[in-house]
Amino acid sequence: MAETISFTLNGKPVSVTTDGQRPLLWVLRTDFGLTGTKFGCGQALCGACTVLVDNKAVRSCVYPVRNAGGREIRTIEGLAKNGELHPLQKAFVEHDALQCGYCTPGMILTAYSLLQQNPQPTRQEIIDGLDKNLCRCGAHTRIIDAIQSAATAMKGGNSR
Amino acid sequence: MNEQWYTDLDFTDIIDDPNVSRRDFLKTLGGGIIILFFVGDASVLEAQRRGRGYPEDFNAYLRIGPDGRVTCYTGKIEQGQGAITSLAQMLADEIDASLDSIDMVMGDTSVCPWDMGTFGSMTIRFFGPPLRAAGAEARRVLLELAAEQLKVPPERLVAENGVIFDKEQKDKRVTYGDLAKGKTIARRAKEKPPVKNPSEFKVIGKPVLRRDSREKVTGKAQYAGDIRRPDMLYAKVLRPPAHGAKLKSVDTSVAEKMEGVKVVRDGDFVAVLHKNPDQAAEALSRVAAEFDVPPAQVDDQTIFEYLLKNAGEGRAVAQGGQLDEGQKLSEIVVEQTYFDGYKAHAPIETHTALAQVEGNKATVWASTQTPFPTKDQIANALGLGADDVRLITPFVGGGFGGKSPGQQAIEAAKLSKATGKPVQVMWSREEEFFYDSFRPAAVVKIKSGITKEGKAVLWDYAVYWAGDRGSQQFYDIPHHRTASVGGGFGRGPSPHPFATGAWRAPANNTNTFARESQIDIMAAKARMDPIEFRLKNLRDERPIRTLKAAAEKFGWKPAPAPSGRGFGVAVGTDSDTFVAHIAEVEVDKRTGRVHVKRIVCAQDMGLAINPEGASIQMEGCITMGLGYALTEDIRFKGGMILDRNFDTYELPRFSSVPKIETVILDLKNEPAHGGGEPAIICMGAVVANAIHDAVGVRLLQLPLSAERVRKALAAIA
Repeated sequence: MAETISFTLNGKPVSVTTDGQRPLLWVLRTDFGLTGTKFGCGQALCGACTVLVDNKAVRSCVYPVRNAGGREIRTIEGLAKNGELHPLQKAFVEHDALQCGYCTPGMILTAYSLLQQNPQPTRQEIIDGLDKNLCRCGAHTRIIDAIQSAATAMKGGNSR
Repeated sequence: MNEQWYTDLDFTDIIDDPNVSRRDFLKTLGGGIIILFFVGDASVLEAQRRGRGYPEDFNAYLRIGPDGRVTCYTGKIEQGQGAITSLAQMLADEIDASLDSIDMVMGDTSVCPWDMGTFGSMTIRFFGPPLRAAGAEARRVLLELAAEQLKVPPERLVAENGVIFDKEQKDKRVTYGDLAKGKTIARRAKEKPPVKNPSEFKVIGKPVLRRDSREKVTGKAQYAGDIRRPDMLYAKVLRPPAHGAKLKSVDTSVAEKMEGVKVVRDGDFVAVLHKNPDQAAEALSRVAAEFDVPPAQVDDQTIFEYLLKNAGEGRAVAQGGQLDEGQKLSEIVVEQTYFDGYKAHAPIETHTALAQVEGNKATVWASTQTPFPTKDQIANALGLGADDVRLITPFVGGGFGGKSPGQQAIEAAKLSKATGKPVQVMWSREEEFFYDSFRPAAVVKIKSGITKEGKAVLWDYAVYWAGDRGSQQFYDIPHHRTASVGGGFGRGPSPHPFATGAWRAPANNTNTFARESQIDIMAAKARMDPIEFRLKNLRDERPIRTLKAAAEKFGWKPAPAPSGRGFGVAVGTDSDTFVAHIAEVEVDKRTGRVHVKRIVCAQDMGLAINPEGASIQMEGCITMGLGYALTEDIRFKGGMILDRNFDTYELPRFSSVPKIETVILDLKNEPAHGGGEPAIICMGAVVANAIHDAVGVRLLQLPLSAERVRKALAAIA
C-alpha cells in the first residue's frame, strides 16, 4: 500500500510516496537516482548496499523504506562536503584500497559507522567490524590500512 | 611471449584509402590529430576479420584534441584490474604528456577499435606495445607540426608535458592543443617509431595510484546498473530450478493484473517488467510455473568418477625422453590423483545490462569483458546488422573471466525490442550463481620418480577436463610426458552438467595445485628441503631467480617437511610470468581449520608498467586464491546448483586475509608480461604444502576445507 514516508537524505528533507515494504536500496536507486548504493546479494550477506541510518551502517537491501521515516539517511553521495572528500574517502584513494570499486561505497560507510562507535579501533577491531562486507577483488589489506589512517586523520574531532 | 607480437608492426599510409566506413568513423571523433596504429600479427588480423563492420586495418589509435587532451581509445574494459591507469601511463610517457592530460575511452564499440575481450592478462602484453608505438608516432607528428609552426628544425625541439619548445630559445614554444587546433589530421604510422628506452622512462615503471578512485569512492562511478534512461523498465526473468529443466506450464495471470507490470513471453522465455526493479521481482514471485526436471546424473560427490569415465583420448601437451627409461631410473616413485571442484567467479556486481532498441538500432550498456563479441551476439539475436548495435561498457564490477559470456545483455536487448522501452536486466545473486560459467571440476593424475639423491627423472602427467594451461612442467626432468584429456571449457563436447568457462588463470590453478603438491611430496620423500629440492631440479633461470627472491623475502631456513613450522612453497608460470609463493599457516588440529598467517609472493613479470598496480593485482590474486584453496566449492545435484548465495558459498573475508608481502623482480629491460592472473595459481598448492609441513597430512583435493583436514588428521592419529 502506498504511503508517504519522510526522512532526511544526505542532509536534505525528502519524502516519497510508495509501498513502505519496498527495500530502501531500490527506492534510493530508482526513486532518488542515487546509484552509489549497490546491489550485491539481496540478503544482507555482502554489504554492497550499506547506507547510514542515523550514522549506523544498515543493509539497505533488507531495510523497508518505511523504517527510514523520520530518520537521517546518508549514502555514499552524501559523504563528501562541497567537493572535499571525507577522510575515509581520501584514505581509500591514497591507499589504493579498491579495485573494481563496486563494494567500495559499502566498505566506506561501514567503516564510517565503525569509527563513529570506536574512533580509534585496533587492526583486529577493524577486521571484526568489516568482516561481513565482501570484496571479491581482494583489496582487504589496503582497506584495513586506509581505515587505520583515516582514524588517525580524524583524531581530534576532524570528522571531515 | 612471441617476439612478433610486439615487433612486427605494419605501416602503410592511409591518406588515399577509399574506405568510406573508416572516414565516417574518423568523423565521429571530431577534429584534432588522430594517430592510427596496427600490430600486424596474423592472429590479430584473423581476429580483426571476425570483427565485421569495423575498420580493419588498425587496432590502436589516439587523438590529440584542441584542448591539449590526449584520448586513448581501446576496446579493453576496466574491471578493477587497473588498465585505465597503466595504459594511460604508457601513452603519457611515449607522447611526453602529463598523466593527468590522458583520457581513456574504453569498451565503447562505436568509437573504440575492435578487440576480442579483456582476459588472459593480455592488455598490457599485447595492446600495450601498439599503444606505446602510437604514442611515439604521435609525438613525432607533433614535433613535425611544431617545427613548421615555430620555423625551427625538428632536431632542436624538445617535447615535455604537452609542450614543445626550442631548446635554444625556450620561449619559442607551442602546446599540443594549439597544434591540434582547427586541424583534422589522420596519420597512420609509416614506419616503426622508436619507443623509449627504459632509461628514458618518466611515467612507465613508476608506482602510480589508480586514476578512477575518486569516482569510485564518491559513488559517481557508473556501472551498467547505474545507467538511467527515460521510461526505462526493469525486468526479472523466469528461471528454471535446474539446468536442463523444461518449462511445463506457466501462469502469469496474477502478475499481469498487478499495477504497472508488463509480462513478455516468447516460448520458454518469460519475463515480468516494472518501472521499479523490486516490484518486478515481486511480480515474478507471483508467476506460477512448473518445470520438468531431469533426474540428476551426477553431483559434487560423484563428479570426479563421472569425469574420468567420460574422458576420451588425451593429447600430448609436451613430452621428452622415454617414460620406460625414467621408470627404470626412479628409485622412489610417487603416484597420486588430485581433485578440484567447480568454483564460482562471484563478482560482487552481478551480470547487468541496459538495452535501448529503437527501430533497427540498439544501444546496450553492459557489464561485460567482451564488448565486441557481445555486440555481435546481440545483433544476431535481434536480427540486426553488426554495425547497428552499439555496446558501451561502463565500469565493470569485477569479472575474473565470468563476464565474457553476456547472456544478460541479450536478454535485455530482446526485452527492449519486445516492449519498445529501455530495459535493464540485473541478475539476482541466485541467477548469478545459477548461470555462472564455473571453473570446471577436474582430475589430475601424476606418476613421478626421483633418484635417492633427489633428482627427478620421471614425470607422467595427465589432466582431465581442466584444460592444458599451466599443465606443462618446467623442471629439468629427462623423461616426461604431459597429456590433457578432455578439453577445458568451450572446447568439444562437455560432460559438465552446466556451463564452465575461464576462471582467473583458467586450468592453471588446478594444474599448479597438482604439480606443486607432487613436487612437494617428492621433496619430502627425498628428505630434502622443498626449496632446495626445487632448485636442484630446475634449470630455467626464471623460476630459479623468482623462487630465490621469495625465499629471501620470507627469510627461509631450510628443513625437510614436515618441519612442524607450517611453511609451504609453490612455483608456477602463467601469461609469460613466473611466480613463487611461500606461505605460513596455522592448523587448528581440533577443528581442522587452517589460518593462513603470511604469504610472500615474488613475481618475474618483465617490465612492470605500474608497480603499484601490479602489486595490487598480486594481492588480489592471493586473496581471491585463498577462497578456492580453503572454502570455495560449488555443491550441486544434477543441474541444480545448491550454493546460490554468500551464506553457503564462502568467499575470503577480512578475517581470513594473511599478511601479504609482494616482490616484483626488477626486469625493466624485458617486455611486459601478464600480471592479472599469475599470482593466483599457486594458492592451492602453497597452502596444501604448508598444511603438510604443519601437521604432516597431505590433502589431494581442493578446497582444503576444515572437514578434510580434520578427517586426514583422524586417519593418521
